[in-house]
Amino acid sequence: MDAFVPPVTPVQARRKRSLLWSVRGPITRRQYLLLAALGLIVPLAGWWLLSEFGGVNKVFLPAPPDVLRRIATWWVDDNLASDIGISIYRVVGGWALSALVALPVGLAIGTFRPVQALLEPLTDFIRYMPAVAFIPLVMLWVGIDEGSKIAIIFIGTFFQMVLMVAEDVRRVPTAQIEAAQTMGATRMELIEKVIVPSAKPALVDTLRITMGWAWTYLVVAELVAASSGLGYAILKAQRFLQTDKIFAGILLIGAIGLCIDQMFRFLHRRAFPWLKGGK
Amino acid sequence: MSTSAKTKIAIRNCNKIFGEGEKKVVALQDANLDIAQNEFITFVGASGCGKSTLLRMIGGLETLSSGDISIDGHAIDGPGIDRAMVFQHYSLYPWLTVRENIRFCRQLKAHTENRSSADVEAASGRADALLNLMGLTASAQAYPNQLSGGMQQRVAIARALMGRPEILLMDEPFGALDAQTREVMHDLTCAVHKIERATIVFVTHDVEEAIYLGDRVVLMAPRPGRIDTVFKVPLPEKRDKNMKHSPEFLKMKLEILDRIRETSGMKTDLEQLEKLSALANS
Ligand SMILES: Nc1ncnc2c1ncn2[C@@H]1O[C@H](COP(=O)(O)OP(=O)(O)OP(=O)(O)O)[C@@H](O)[C@H]1O
Ligand SMILES: [Mg+2]
Repeated sequence: MDAFVPPVTPVQARRKRSLLWSVRGPITRRQYLLLAALGLIVPLAGWWLLSEFGGVNKVFLPAPPDVLRRIATWWVDDNLASDIGISIYRVVGGWALSALVALPVGLAIGTFRPVQALLEPLTDFIRYMPAVAFIPLVMLWVGIDEGSKIAIIFIGTFFQMVLMVAEDVRRVPTAQIEAAQTMGATRMELIEKVIVPSAKPALVDTLRITMGWAWTYLVVAELVAASSGLGYAILKAQRFLQTDKIFAGILLIGAIGLCIDQMFRFLHRRAFPWLKGGK
Repeated sequence: MSTSAKTKIAIRNCNKIFGEGEKKVVALQDANLDIAQNEFITFVGASGCGKSTLLRMIGGLETLSSGDISIDGHAIDGPGIDRAMVFQHYSLYPWLTVRENIRFCRQLKAHTENRSSADVEAASGRADALLNLMGLTASAQAYPNQLSGGMQQRVAIARALMGRPEILLMDEPFGALDAQTREVMHDLTCAVHKIERATIVFVTHDVEEAIYLGDRVVLMAPRPGRIDTVFKVPLPEKRDKNMKHSPEFLKMKLEILDRIRETSGMKTDLEQLEKLSALANS
């Protein structure tokens, strides 16, 4: 009888365990791009297959080529460029206006407790009100021209933005503020030289996220007596059962949003090189 | 304390109470202490005995519930550029380079108003001198995120020294560092004390650190937070690592540790433990 040989696992045979699935594990740039592409292509392919072979009526589910064709004719015959232009103008206008007010107000809420007591509960209350419900009031107060669309987007984003800005400001480490105080900083110097620069990366992220929300209010905004814009085009296409145009509009909004988001991320990396080395 | 030295910081009948009613915490009860000019004084004690609170009150970051603290005979009222503070962490400005962090106070009115151009040049020289003293010259253009914890604390100390404070307040500045780095920082701090001639108030958990650095060690006790005993360290002024093994050093260390156990209720915990292990052995 053979002597008992303990089962050994040769070192070479032990597969090097991939770190890909470890919690917060590393990922190479190639793997990342591959998976990102996969995440976009699979749903697209699924949609394509379903529309071509799934036996679904084209009226309900147009195929990707139909949508592409629709985008082309929209561009050539229906002046897609101006629809995109006016929609970007409305979204960016409403969002910028909201940022213009939300940044100082949020800064004050996050810095001074009395301002927080005065404004935060109120803002919390208003932000739960549905922006859509303000449409009749906006029409009554602002009218039905460009101002009203910008106003709807403003209402949709402003109150969230204020609270997020206040939170960003509150996250500035107390030690950073107190260190400046012991170096003799005045109140204005604290805000200008410590709080604002310290909160800046978080603020840029807040602006990026709220820009996304501003886009989601576009269709709502263009409910109001609009005669142009992507949101309006979607609403009109719905009336004529032009499903391909609805798809086109939705996809275009998504694509524009993605581009703007990437621009913000690029800006973030460029403007805050000191964040690298992360600790 | 030596009666010949001039009193720099006088703490008189200081009380600090946080919260009201049910949640009332007496963080500091009737503290009295004189700290001499150029003294290096260290505070030790169990967690929650009010060390940070007292230090922050000297720094003007915390108000007093009653009593008063005066510097050179003037009662303090808020933070001032004569008292710089070094925190345990998160106090550096990550968006500024090491050099810019150290020069931060030069951006503030308090440090630049009514100063001559000669002073501006002197400041630039001083930043370089501090970089040099702290061994940071090679990292002058780095950002804090790129530095090790020990290096970051050196930057914090250099930044605090930049404005030539008369008093340096340090709250567990080396609490997050490893033992080796900490030893280096100790000698560096001693050097700073000698060169800068500042009065240093240093809070720590580490009894050894407190004895090694301090001219005197103040032992604080919790519930309510109070000053318990003040020990005069029986070591020569110039400290050396080997002194940590000297009989005087060890004796003082045991004495302080014992007293901490007695005052913090840890003694009963220890007795409990002993009983338990006796039970387990039987
Ligand atoms: N801002 C505050 N509000 C309420 N209670 C506080 C506040 N700051 C400190 N305390 C309480 O005061 C007491 C003393 O706190 P302090 O931070 O001074 O202790 P410490 O000796 O520095 O402790 P540690 O060694 O853990 O840093 C503690 O009981 C703490 O809970
Ligand atoms: Mg403390």
